[in-house]
Amino acid sequence: MTRPFAALRRDTPGDIAFKVLLGLGCALVLFTALYPIYFVVIASVSDPAMVSTGQVWLVPRDLSWFGYEQILADERIWNGYRNTLVYALVGTALNLLVTMPAAFALSRREFRPRRVLMFFFAFTMFFSGGLIPMYLLLRDLSLLDNWLVFVLPSAVNVFNLIIARSFFEHSLPEELHEAASIDGANYFQFFLKIALPLSMPILSVIGLYYLVQHWNDFFTGLVFVRDYDLQPLQIVLRDILISNQAFSGGAGGAGGAGAGGYAQQYADQIKYGVIVVSTLPVIILYPFLQRYFEKGVMIGAVKG
Amino acid sequence: MTAATDLRPAAGAERARRRAGAGPARHFRRQWQLWVMVAPAIAFVAVFAYVPMYGLQLAFREFDFAAGLAGGDWVGLKYFRQFFESPQFWTLIRNTVVISVSTLVVGFIAPIALALLVNQVLGRRRKQFLQTATYLPHFISVVVIVGMLQVFLSPSSGLITRFVGLFGVEGANFLGSATAFVPVYVISDVWQHAGWNSIIYLAALAGVSPQLYEAARIDGAGRFSIIRHIDVPALAPTMIVLLILNMGQVLNTGFEKIFLMQNPLNLEVSEVIATYVYKIGILSNQFSYATAIGLFNTLINFAFLVVANQIAKRVSNTSLW
Repeated sequence: MTRPFAALRRDTPGDIAFKVLLGLGCALVLFTALYPIYFVVIASVSDPAMVSTGQVWLVPRDLSWFGYEQILADERIWNGYRNTLVYALVGTALNLLVTMPAAFALSRREFRPRRVLMFFFAFTMFFSGGLIPMYLLLRDLSLLDNWLVFVLPSAVNVFNLIIARSFFEHSLPEELHEAASIDGANYFQFFLKIALPLSMPILSVIGLYYLVQHWNDFFTGLVFVRDYDLQPLQIVLRDILISNQAFSGGAGGAGGAGAGGYAQQYADQIKYGVIVVSTLPVIILYPFLQRYFEKGVMIGAVKG
Repeated sequence: MTAATDLRPAAGAERARRRAGAGPARHFRRQWQLWVMVAPAIAFVAVFAYVPMYGLQLAFREFDFAAGLAGGDWVGLKYFRQFFESPQFWTLIRNTVVISVSTLVVGFIAPIALALLVNQVLGRRRKQFLQTATYLPHFISVVVIVGMLQVFLSPSSGLITRFVGLFGVEGANFLGSATAFVPVYVISDVWQHAGWNSIIYLAALAGVSPQLYEAARIDGAGRFSIIRHIDVPALAPTMIVLLILNMGQVLNTGFEKIFLMQNPLNLEVSEVIATYVYKIGILSNQFSYATAIGLFNTLINFAFLVVANQIAKRVSNTSLW
């Protein structure tokens, strides 16, 4: 946004000082946000000894693919990847199937119980049964150690429901519904043929929110699942990145590695690689999706 | 989160319609399809949010393996008393409050500062790029964030450890230190979320009328006084709503991140209510005791939310409900 008065006067010394400060501030913010991510990427393909002695900081040096070779050969990561992919896709499909029609119904001003229902949904944002009752409930429903636990309990996110409802409320003109009902359309037809096609922006926004939520879900696997074959990527990542579990090739374990030792260096390279591999889908998609994410926050912020 | 401000439909119109007189039968005949659309969401929330609330009674009962959520014999406040009298009590409260309040305060100020900075940048493209870059870390998973902390803060070879080493602090062990735990937790939190949380403030700033800036400029206001007297007041309503919502989280700390950052060396400051409930309940199967601790936590949060909302209502006419 250009300031309307920008052209009105020449820069005073104060303005110049302000611009310099602003430039420095922005550079600092940019560096802080991006450099850690950039460093992980270059460290994952550089010689581990070079990385650990601080000789890699701007460009990769002595390219080494050891970390990635180890990762490619590790079954756990690919198993976790596959699981997460399934949970995220099935989960998001269910999320949208449940959330969108509900949001539409709640957006209809003539729907009398909507005030009570909104309270019913919103109350759960501020009050919950907590961990143990949830655990016992899932036990009673036989959802412990069951892949459906990654999909069913998170079927409705109330925050996303409210965003979608606000969207329907503010961007579907009332005349549209009137015209459709004069033509004999009922609510189902109006929703499917008119409201939904006009809501692609919000569908993408909350679809993406749900997708990221599933992709990053660590808690469900930690608390409700023991069977390692069912575990999602984030649990596998925890074992490799934080618990320092050994890799199939024997590398990666911190055991026996002295400070700065040989094995430790290779373990670190694998970690850098794992971070890249697991975060890659989000980072690649990110620039394309960013405007949608932002739109979601804006819609959520609209006051009714 | 501000969407929660939007919970009140047009009540007046609805009342008018009700007075016009439409019985329940007529209502269902006309609107059963809306009920069908909202029914699955109601069912999921009823089962996965309200049934656990019913299970809160476990906090007042002996746990009975066969009875499950329905619970066994009534024991009243026995488990609450056990918690209040346990040697862990004050440590847990202190740790939880220290971590959450520092996160709330720093995490509240940082996005505002960032939004004020980004708002000064001229040129759509440059602004957009700066925003894109600062949102990015928001989408990295907690596990990867803690993994990055581990490699960056490794005492022997970490990037940040070596950087700090340049200033004479050799081989600092940030992750294995009780004093560094809270700063590391808070700073990495700001790194991850400040950009994302600034979106809402930037939207508020974009709504400020250009005429206001112009008038201030003509009256001879400098750049900093424009920020101080126009930008900051423009953000005030948003700040209040977010502040109220945050108050409801006073005893809620991110379980995942704290749990992943915990180790024997920092446990004295990193054991919080959420991680304790997990250990007592899931790992050592003391279901009733853990439910009681969890309920205590939820009630305190809820009380803070209600009080903050009342204060905001009185002071500034802004409220959630």
